[in-house]
Amino acid sequence: MSALLEVQNIVAGYGSIEVLHQVSLEVHEGEIVTLIGGNGAGKSTSLMCISGIVPLRGGEIRFAGERISGVGEGIRADKLVGRGLVQVPEGRRIFPRMTVLENLMMGAYGRDDKAGIAADLEKVYALFDILKARSSQLGGTLSGGEQQMLAIGRAILSKPRLLMMDEPSMGIAPILVSKIFAAVRELNRGGLTILLVEQNARAALKLARRGYVLETGRVTLTDDASKLLVDPRVREAYLGDG
Amino acid sequence: MTNTEVFLQQLIYGLSNGMIIALVALGYTMVYGIVELINFAHGDVFTLGGFLTLTIVGVLGAAAIIEPGALGESSHWLLLLGLVIAAGVFCGGLNLAINRIVYKPLRSAPKLTQLVAAIGVSFILVNIALFWGGAPMKVFGGGNAAAASKDFPEILEGSNLLGDSSNVVLRLEDIAIFAVTIPLMIGLTLFVKKTRLGRGMRATAQNPIAAKLMGIDTDRVIAATFLIGGFLGGAASVMWSVYNNTISFQMGFRAGMDAFTAAVLGGIGSLPGAMVGGVLIGLIRAMSDQYIETRWTNVVVFGVLILILIFRPSGLLGLKQREKV
Repeated sequence: MSALLEVQNIVAGYGSIEVLHQVSLEVHEGEIVTLIGGNGAGKSTSLMCISGIVPLRGGEIRFAGERISGVGEGIRADKLVGRGLVQVPEGRRIFPRMTVLENLMMGAYGRDDKAGIAADLEKVYALFDILKARSSQLGGTLSGGEQQMLAIGRAILSKPRLLMMDEPSMGIAPILVSKIFAAVRELNRGGLTILLVEQNARAALKLARRGYVLETGRVTLTDDASKLLVDPRVREAYLGDG
Repeated sequence: MTNTEVFLQQLIYGLSNGMIIALVALGYTMVYGIVELINFAHGDVFTLGGFLTLTIVGVLGAAAIIEPGALGESSHWLLLLGLVIAAGVFCGGLNLAINRIVYKPLRSAPKLTQLVAAIGVSFILVNIALFWGGAPMKVFGGGNAAAASKDFPEILEGSNLLGDSSNVVLRLEDIAIFAVTIPLMIGLTLFVKKTRLGRGMRATAQNPIAAKLMGIDTDRVIAATFLIGGFLGGAASVMWSVYNNTISFQMGFRAGMDAFTAAVLGGIGSLPGAMVGGVLIGLIRAMSDQYIETRWTNVVVFGVLILILIFRPSGLLGLKQREKV
């Protein structure tokens, strides 16, 4: 089985600082793969490279068998969304002065299939009923957890083939975190491939099939998630079992 | 004139001038809202709109065209509409080119660099206007004094719509200003709310990275913003020229200053804010000219601005605080 997403030896950074030093990872169709690591390890930068927002300085990225980014070239970020490469960014980045419904519809910005959009909207409302109740409320007035649900819902309206989520549990009440992780599991059961970036390593590894550990811009470990959960190096560094 | 009549007259002046200021202010506020740049060149794009308008009028021989019969009863309205479209397209295109050539390559440069670049563009445009003012055309005074103010011919007839016996004067120009500015403002509001590109603009203004992640081509959205802002400035330049019957290479400095103040007063980045701010600045100017003294008017305008910014730092209709991510 060939990978849906192949990240090969990518190098990237900001200004004179190199953040990623030859990072490689793969995500196969139907998987949940998690990328764990500490602050500043380069997890978000990796996702921004895959989304085409941060340019590559080395390596290449392939999606669905097609080369989408290389050094000094690549498909623009806004075009990648149409191919199903969709990200729920860190900090949610919802549109604060648009209503919940308007936010959700921004996810469908490039789509014209009205029936499909309506069906996906119902799917989002079924997943997070609070969004339906708040559909005419401004995005900026939602709580952190509700904003995270909104950001996920918005991404679903972009019709993802691969959904990348950056720290969906960050700064959110624990009760909502479990709700969001349950939603991630449900989405995956519906056939959606997911790349999950998390600092909450335990929860992420319990959810995922495979995992990558990123340390200061390098992949230092990769294995089945169940094995990483019991790996002493992971336990010590990321699970607080030292 | 009775006190009421004096007041009504100033109200008409203030509203007419205010609507023009509001149209220019929209150009400042739209661009700021989307790229956080004070486009100092905007006032000078407006100036060049005025010069283009007078050039067209000169080439066409406006006097002949607006003579009744040439295009029927409505010929002067058709001329006005044509000028608004021509100056709008010209200024929109100019703004688009400035964005493409100067601002776009600097998009990731520090804000100060962009600001200085904007001031540089402003100087270039002022000098183009000076050069243009020396064109050897009759309407430009034969090209003898490039820097001198140029008379702008009367395009709409000058009789008082309230009747010859009325002390309060309402001219066709006043009506024309409302007839041009109000549909443009309504059109802009609907465009931003209802169209795909308009939604893309709102999204880009609120969070450019999220906008890209939604599949929005933000470069295209930014270009469209410059185009539309420029178009509104061009339309405003025609109305300003027709209303004041004069143009000069400095007209955009004064109008731009008023408009920028209006945009800040209303809350920079907010479309309704720019509209309200523009009308308010127009009214404050007119009332201050009448009831205080002309030479104090700038003091009054900026005094009001400072007061409002002290009590409402983000302007009348501004956002309480920029969202931090």
